Amino acid sequence: MDPLLEVKNLQTYFFTYEGVVKAVDDVTYEVMPGETLGLVGESGCGKSVSALSLMRLIPDPPGKTIGGEVIFDGENILDVGMDDMRRIRGAKMAMVFQEPMTSLNPVLTLDRQLTETIQLHMGKSRDEARRDAVDLLARVGIPDPERRIRQYPHQFSGGMRQRVMIAMALSCNPRLIIADEPTTALDVTIQAQILELMKSLTQDLGVALIIITHNLGVVARYADRVNVMYAGKIIERGSAYEIYTNPRHPYTVGLLDSVPRLDQRLTDETGNAAKLVPIEGQPPDLVNLPQGCSFRARCRWAVDQCAVEAPTLQPVPSEGDEPHVSACWRTDELGAQALSYAGGGR
Amino acid sequence: MTTATMPQAAATPTAGDDTLLDVRGLKMYFPVTSGILFQRAVAYIKAVDDVNFTVRRGETLGLVGESGCGKTTTGRCILRLYRPTEGQIWFDGVDIAQARTGQMRTMRRQMQIIFQDPYSSLNPRMTAGNIIGEPLAVHGLVSNKREYRERVGELLSNVGLNPYMADRFPHEFSGGQRQRIGVARALSVDPSFIVCDEPVSALDVSIQAQIINLLEDLQERYNLTYLFIAHDLSVVRHISDRVAVMYLGKMVEIADRNAIYENPQHPYTRALLSAVPIPDPVLDAQRERIILSGEVPSPLNPPSGCVFHPRCPIATDDCTRVLPEAREVLPDHIAACINAPNYGPY
Repeated sequence: MDPLLEVKNLQTYFFTYEGVVKAVDDVTYEVMPGETLGLVGESGCGKSVSALSLMRLIPDPPGKTIGGEVIFDGENILDVGMDDMRRIRGAKMAMVFQEPMTSLNPVLTLDRQLTETIQLHMGKSRDEARRDAVDLLARVGIPDPERRIRQYPHQFSGGMRQRVMIAMALSCNPRLIIADEPTTALDVTIQAQILELMKSLTQDLGVALIIITHNLGVVARYADRVNVMYAGKIIERGSAYEIYTNPRHPYTVGLLDSVPRLDQRLTDETGNAAKLVPIEGQPPDLVNLPQGCSFRARCRWAVDQCAVEAPTLQPVPSEGDEPHVSACWRTDELGAQALSYAGGGR
Repeated sequence: MTTATMPQAAATPTAGDDTLLDVRGLKMYFPVTSGILFQRAVAYIKAVDDVNFTVRRGETLGLVGESGCGKTTTGRCILRLYRPTEGQIWFDGVDIAQARTGQMRTMRRQMQIIFQDPYSSLNPRMTAGNIIGEPLAVHGLVSNKREYRERVGELLSNVGLNPYMADRFPHEFSGGQRQRIGVARALSVDPSFIVCDEPVSALDVSIQAQIINLLEDLQERYNLTYLFIAHDLSVVRHISDRVAVMYLGKMVEIADRNAIYENPQHPYTRALLSAVPIPDPVLDAQRERIILSGEVPSPLNPPSGCVFHPRCPIATDDCTRVLPEAREVLPDHIAACINAPNYGPY
């Protein structure tokens, strides 16, 4: 099967007064039709910028995608003109943003906002578009859609607005939906509702989904494959199973160890309360990235070589067919067991 | 110091000397007003409605719930940042619910707060040193400039910052460092009790663990008592000795940490726990998942009977009529559900 989306050596930089911010630097990945891909990382690691680059939504200036290719459905969308891009955006590729409060237009009714896309991309009449829109609202679980469609965004709660955003993303039968922190602004019980909805709808309709999040738990539950990003680069990729059971990059291990988990033991072997193992220090400044591996300064296993040259993604032995790659000089040497500092916790 | 506003003010808490805080029948109603010149209260939002709990000396009580459940309001009432509508707050043998401003000022040396957002809770025009040192000056805890500077330096190093950072402004610090300043400010007056209001939810995953460990270390060192307010159930499980769960202004369950997480008695607690994803695809797939339908109702017009009944998977007819009383359903395990403890282990 051919991938639906191929991102090759994508580079998106921001040219600011302080210097060049390498927000996304040489990122390569692919998305298969119908799969759910997780993009995990902390704030400022470039996960949102990489998604916005796919949609060609980077504000220029100061941002610019200066290199790489994004092959979507057989065509390099970095080369297409803005008019053609407008035909792809929303129709073939749609986005769900983090803030359902700010991504809907407060002065237009949902009717207007939902039918606009359908009329534009599907060439339907206003009445047909409205019928579609009502169906969509019913599909995303909004009760009484006939009445609700005439209301304004402020009359909806956060969870309901996020459902509307999902309906809007689905409205033109896209092949790919990019969800940027879709549930971060929502409460836990609502978060579960929205994620279940996204998963079941994308599965039913065969839509590929990229979930961008900092929440490792969300990715574990819903993604087929996971990319872990740090300082503008992908540092580890594999099936969700591999990333969580056999993480090989010190940063991935550090992330997994630093979050408290519901299934974690609360005491260690000696009966003392178990401590979390934080990743010391701060993420690096993207303007002045250190030479070599950007995680080096915070890494317990850094050696001299790490300061000289940045490691590239190399395959590591994995279970299953899905390749597992990690960008660390010492990946082979340091088994997952040795990497996990907390050890007993997991 | 005791204010005799309540007839039973003489009846000091009987729960024993290890009780630092005893909250009884706490109610905080916010009026909804109408009219421009003569504002009349047309309705009341029952943000906190008849809440009872105790906090023992040296322990951490976790307070969890979704946004709008009243957890922050409860914390602010205890610090008397709000004057409660009704109820008693016994702190160290003194009822502070109706204490006067002057009395409260001296009481606040004992009780401090760490705020959620380290970006908006620090005055951008004050240096870190002055933010930390202001309480020292207000409470007259230092007699001269030299002592002041020494104490500020000591506080900074206690929270893992360098004393020379005292002259920097908040914008020169990262999120995690700012939260450390917030912690140092709270510690400056040597309090015995700290309300931690979502202290890590605005921070990145790898930084969260640093702050959690810091709070745990400080607790041990200074024998602090925490009321730890958070919506992240994994974090609360890690740091708390006991856990209280709130829903729509009501306390629905309070028990020992292990009892709450291993044997929750209220259906809301169960649903809340099942909604938390675990970063392990294999384990996560095996868990029972309770997806609650609907959303939290408006506190302006709460449902009759049990406030949770419209979303409760096991609600009976009685639940729509009977207001469930918080009662001891198992030893030391309080839940407000008329059906508890009639269901099996979690």
